[in-house]
Amino acid sequence: MVDMFQPQTGVAAVKVLRAAGCEVSCPMGQTCCGQPAWNSGFAAEAAKVAKNTLEALDADGADAVVVPAGSCATMIKVFWPEMFELAGDHASAERARVLGKRTFEFSSFIDERRRSGHLAGFGALEDTTVAYHHSCHMLRELHIEDQPTALLEATGCRIAVWPDDRRCCGFGGLFSVKLPETSVAMADEKLRSIAHDVDLLVGSDGSCLMHLRGRIEHEGRNLRTRHLAELLAESLAARSGSSAGSGSSARSGSSAASSGASPVDPAP
Amino acid sequence: MTGFTLHGTELRGRQKGALVDVELKRKVAAGVDKFANRKSDVLKLIGLSTTHGDAFEGDADDLRAAARAMRHRTIARLPRILERLADNLLANGINVHWANDAAEANAAIVAIAERIGAKRVVKGKSMATEETGLNEALAAVGAEVVETDLGEWIIQLDTDVPSHIIAPALHLDRYDIKRIFDQHAGAGDIEATPEILNAFARKELRGRFLAADLGISGCNLAIAETGSILLVENEGNGRMCTTLPRVHVAVMGMERIVESWDDANLVLNLLARSATGQPLSSYTNIVSRPRGTEDADGPEEVHVVILDNGRSDLLGTEFSEMLNCIRCGACLNVCPVYRQTGGHAYGWVYSGPMGAVLTPLLAGKENPEAAEVANASTLCGACMEACPVGIPLQDLLLAARRRRVHDSASTTEKAGWKAWSAAWSHQRTYEISMKGAAFGSGLLGSKVGALPGARSWADGRTVPEPSKTSFRSLWRSGDC
Repeated sequence: MVDMFQPQTGVAAVKVLRAAGCEVSCPMGQTCCGQPAWNSGFAAEAAKVAKNTLEALDADGADAVVVPAGSCATMIKVFWPEMFELAGDHASAERARVLGKRTFEFSSFIDERRRSGHLAGFGALEDTTVAYHHSCHMLRELHIEDQPTALLEATGCRIAVWPDDRRCCGFGGLFSVKLPETSVAMADEKLRSIAHDVDLLVGSDGSCLMHLRGRIEHEGRNLRTRHLAELLAESLAARSGSSAGSGSSARSGSSAASSGASPVDPAP
Repeated sequence: MTGFTLHGTELRGRQKGALVDVELKRKVAAGVDKFANRKSDVLKLIGLSTTHGDAFEGDADDLRAAARAMRHRTIARLPRILERLADNLLANGINVHWANDAAEANAAIVAIAERIGAKRVVKGKSMATEETGLNEALAAVGAEVVETDLGEWIIQLDTDVPSHIIAPALHLDRYDIKRIFDQHAGAGDIEATPEILNAFARKELRGRFLAADLGISGCNLAIAETGSILLVENEGNGRMCTTLPRVHVAVMGMERIVESWDDANLVLNLLARSATGQPLSSYTNIVSRPRGTEDADGPEEVHVVILDNGRSDLLGTEFSEMLNCIRCGACLNVCPVYRQTGGHAYGWVYSGPMGAVLTPLLAGKENPEAAEVANASTLCGACMEACPVGIPLQDLLLAARRRRVHDSASTTEKAGWKAWSAAWSHQRTYEISMKGAAFGSGLLGSKVGALPGARSWADGRTVPEPSKTSFRSLWRSGDC
């Protein structure tokens, strides 16, 4: 989805990774993590697609695989081994277990680089008020909760109190088109409690953001969405005095693009 | 398992029907929030800390791990523990009936009713008898069943069905109840306050208890080591059903069992907290034998019907953990899908995440339309987090979807995924498909919403336009 709908998320993620001292590669052989088929009950079809991506990421040999989408990162880290086993591909399951250990969701990786002193220079977003959407897989499968907000705080922006920030947005992959009325009703409940002084709805899963943005625009509400990577890239650019690049766009992106990242100066 | 009357509807249609009812949404959300908030309050009260949502920490986590291990141990030895229960029930003078399916369970109870000439039956809350359709079976032989759980009575008066396993009338508020009492129980224009409505129900039901020939109850837990049946409730009406009529029949799903009182204690520690957010329910009733010569009251005859109805098929399968369920409803209370639609939209007796897993399993292959309820989830994992016995509901929902694909996916659906996996398992064909999609949507422009796949998206959301330049092409051209 980053590839097709939200290239600016990928571009921003690369910028932030480089600022964090990483040498970034993007293996072109990768396609998709297989999640749409896996969630629909088609394990073999999911495994077939995922195997291609596993091989591409593995062959790249980077120290870390960084994924700017919480649910794709979850797919790789949590579900791949089981999926490959179910498809009868024990060898890929083993490789997936190894790869999973060096696969990181974007915000958790960047925050670790920041905490270990490899990334400074965020700031300059003091005039921005954001509402942060905690997406389900990051929260309940990867248990990544504090890192995205710590990064937001580092940019200086104000994080609005949002009572429903941990409630599912209703995207749910194909749920959003199989049961669209419920999906939209869930988005409405989620969005209702965002205060009107919020400038940006920020998240780490492009697909949640695409769904929420679709609803926001449909309802004509004055609220923009932004992937965390884009906000961080803007923050870095603004601090260093250069232009904010693609940051003026209100569009958000999603998953499927994984970047190999090798820290040039690995954390101790 | 009996479903509600589906009238040929599909899940999406039933959800749509529920969603247009704004009042329903308000009542359901208020109901589940009350339970979930009380749950986190009670955990604080008893010194168990909670983090975000319903995640347990510290002691609560230990408790959940202990409960999960206990349920695993119990279900792994289920046949032997059931035998021990049956032996001890018989030794206590309680009759045991093994029922393979709903029809056998109903036949056993109908036979008891006919033998004792029961015409007036009172029943305490029991999801197992909802599952078997017992009321209809008894009505067919002229025995009138009155539901005595307040929520169940309300919906029985209204010819309605339960919408929540713990709170069957969760979808109704006090004004609805006032209307129902007026229209169907002759209450007249009484005040719609909990006190007045309760007083009316108490007065109406008291006479039913005194006149009943047969009392039927469910079973929260059977304790094998002493041959006992344990029931938790908040109204005292369940206790009336098990003590006032001359004959008492308890219906238990075969997995509602523990081996020892220590294990029962563990379940009691979790059940009321997770269900309604109470430290303990108001009543905990234990039935261990019929009335003895020295007893002033109690039933002369006690029967236990042990219901399989598809449960034993789960043993040893990837779904066996569903038998660990203690029916607390915590997963319903946190489910963002249940919250929008309430329980009726699921179309079957069990709703919410546990229902979405259990329904297709109990309904069996002869009811393929039950399989689609496994889709009534975004896989957000809130259910898994809330489950007091740690059932991995998200994993089971995925397994239920795989089972649906295996048993009943259409050839079109299968062919679609095959084509997708063929295209996206190679870089070249993947890139062609992406270019095709971008080109196609460029041609269609704003008409992209007219595509069949996009239509259901576009109804309430703007359709995202593919970027003119993909990330790949930016990367290749060195633009990032």
